[in-house]
Amino acid sequence: MRLTDTIQFASSSLRGSPTRTVLMMLAMSIGVAAVVVLTALGEGARRYVVNQFSSLGTNLVIVLPGRTETAGVGPGMMTGQTPRDITLDDAEALLRSPAVSRIAALTVGSATLSLDALNRDVVVLGSTPSLLEVRHMKMALGRFLPPGDIHDSASVCVLGIKLKQELFGNDQAVGQWVRLGDRRFRVIGVMASQGESMGFNTDEVVIVPVASAHQLFNTSGLFRVLLEAKNRDYIEQLKHDAEEIMFQRHSGDRDVTVITQDAILATFDRILMALTMAVGGIAAISLAVAGVLIMNVMLIAVAQRVKEIGLLKALGAPGRQIRNLFFAEAVLLSGIGCLAGLALGYLGSAVIGQIYPNFPVSPPWWSVLAASATALGTGILFSVWPARRAARLDPVAALAGK
Amino acid sequence: MIELQNVSRIFSVGDQEVAALRDINLKLGDGEYLSIMGPSGSGKSTMLNLLGLLDRASSGNYLLDGGNVTDLSDAELARVRSEKIGFVFQSFHLVPRLTAAENIELPMMLAGIPAEERKPRVARLIESYGLGARADHRPDQLSGGQRQRVAIARATVMNPTVLLADEPTGNLDRTTGWEVLKLLEGLQEQGISLVIVTHDAEIGARARRRIHMLDGRILSDESSGA
Ligand SMILES: Nc1ncnc2c1ncn2[C@@H]1O[C@H](COP(=O)(O)OP(=O)(O)OP(=O)(O)O)[C@@H](O)[C@H]1O
Ligand SMILES: [Mg+2]
Repeated sequence: MRLTDTIQFASSSLRGSPTRTVLMMLAMSIGVAAVVVLTALGEGARRYVVNQFSSLGTNLVIVLPGRTETAGVGPGMMTGQTPRDITLDDAEALLRSPAVSRIAALTVGSATLSLDALNRDVVVLGSTPSLLEVRHMKMALGRFLPPGDIHDSASVCVLGIKLKQELFGNDQAVGQWVRLGDRRFRVIGVMASQGESMGFNTDEVVIVPVASAHQLFNTSGLFRVLLEAKNRDYIEQLKHDAEEIMFQRHSGDRDVTVITQDAILATFDRILMALTMAVGGIAAISLAVAGVLIMNVMLIAVAQRVKEIGLLKALGAPGRQIRNLFFAEAVLLSGIGCLAGLALGYLGSAVIGQIYPNFPVSPPWWSVLAASATALGTGILFSVWPARRAARLDPVAALAGK
Repeated sequence: MIELQNVSRIFSVGDQEVAALRDINLKLGDGEYLSIMGPSGSGKSTMLNLLGLLDRASSGNYLLDGGNVTDLSDAELARVRSEKIGFVFQSFHLVPRLTAAENIELPMMLAGIPAEERKPRVARLIESYGLGARADHRPDQLSGGQRQRVAIARATVMNPTVLLADEPTGNLDRTTGWEVLKLLEGLQEQGISLVIVTHDAEIGARARRRIHMLDGRILSDESSGA
């Protein structure tokens, strides 16, 4: 029997029981669509995080107090003892590395920001002028922290755009004085809106010189030092240099953690990838269910068409041909169901993309491939038994409908 | 030319054994017209199924055109059926979702004959069996007589040497039954061997050679001179 005839005959038997066929294809397509949409979401989450990270700066090496063995997320928090501070002098010393292009020291705390009768609690970032370039931030008005000695505790501040709106409305802010805790600061600039990045809304922070922040919070340790490598190739060297410089300065103690942005990114990437695959795998179970349904339907089809099978045998069809006919039915069922599912999945992803434009949803190629393969695979696998059963029917008994 | 040598067919039902055919010896020459009669359960259908290679003998030999086909594989038997044997059934056995023309085409499709070659052969048969207006009708839109004519067209489309009919008129009224019988006899006159199983003595008597069966044995085997 020719292939085209086999396919035509199989599709005619599918058309012979349209309701059943449509329901089967629906089951298959929902399974495929679920895999596609869920992995698209997972992939979207992964890309979202990657984008967020790159918006934080590029080629970054981060030095933070405390030592953790695994270069994971949030080091220092797990270890019990308070680590030795990283001081401003340490930060300056890090500039000695030939691999570094810029550094930004960072201290974080909170204080009450007030102007006349208005006041609110804000996050205060103590930092250095390079922060602007290192973190790829933009100014809306005025200028950023002035260059100068890192120990210089000038009473100037830069406001996030939202704070400026809250305090000054549309009035002139640059040049005005505000109060942070018990100290007065002159506003020298306003940050442009940066939006949310890594859960840190820069629109609602006040940035002051790092030395001023230390006085304000009565500390001397840095929260973090951000080092920007000259380019991508210098990242590892810079990490190594930073470790060595801190090692020398802390008299032979390895009590700081140096991580590269790439390493954090890779960790997130791995986690989210695993998550995506897990979610996709769970959705794939629905495909296996669809496969079992196909088996069930094929068994019913074999039972209902015993006489037809007997006839085909009487007309000279060998068992192999009968088997191929039922195989072809299963492949058509799962194949068309799979195509419909892919269409449905892409449509679903597009709709989600419309609703959350910031979230880069797109089905990854491997999930499309895996979903299709699973759909066709289960369809074929689960039709083996019914098809063999049909092929082995005794023609005389089959013709009699037994 | 078909020859059965000491053929028995024994069915096991539970722990009982039912002998549907006992030690049958039969020669069927090319172009013969044979009727098989006998009471219900005497083994007529079993005999026909064996002749048509749909069933296998429990013991004995089957020679087809001088060659022993007793031990052929299922696939080889299917091939022989496709090339040499045509079946006509009491209940027609048409595929309900296919049109008359498609039903007739089916054996050629299964045999892998290309579509260009199939169409004219089907068209010719439809014409000569007077089904012209019915070619695109499905079986449930056809009368019993028309259905059986489609079935006969299907049985002959591969130009078999033997036509096996198990009570071909059993589901038809008298007039239609006779028409169908005339059609089959016409085919026999063109050189095909025709074996008809029937309960109808009048029909059975028309055959040149008549076999009566009882209890799995051939009771009598009569031939009238041509
Ligand atoms: N598959 C089977 N299993 C068990 N016994 C069977 C089977 N097929 C036929 N028989 C038995 O073999 C015997 C012959 O059956 P067969 O169908 O050949 O009779 P028949 O002459 O065609 O009868 P009828 O005129 O009623 O069609 C019967 O006793 C029947 O019960
Ligand atoms: Mg019978």
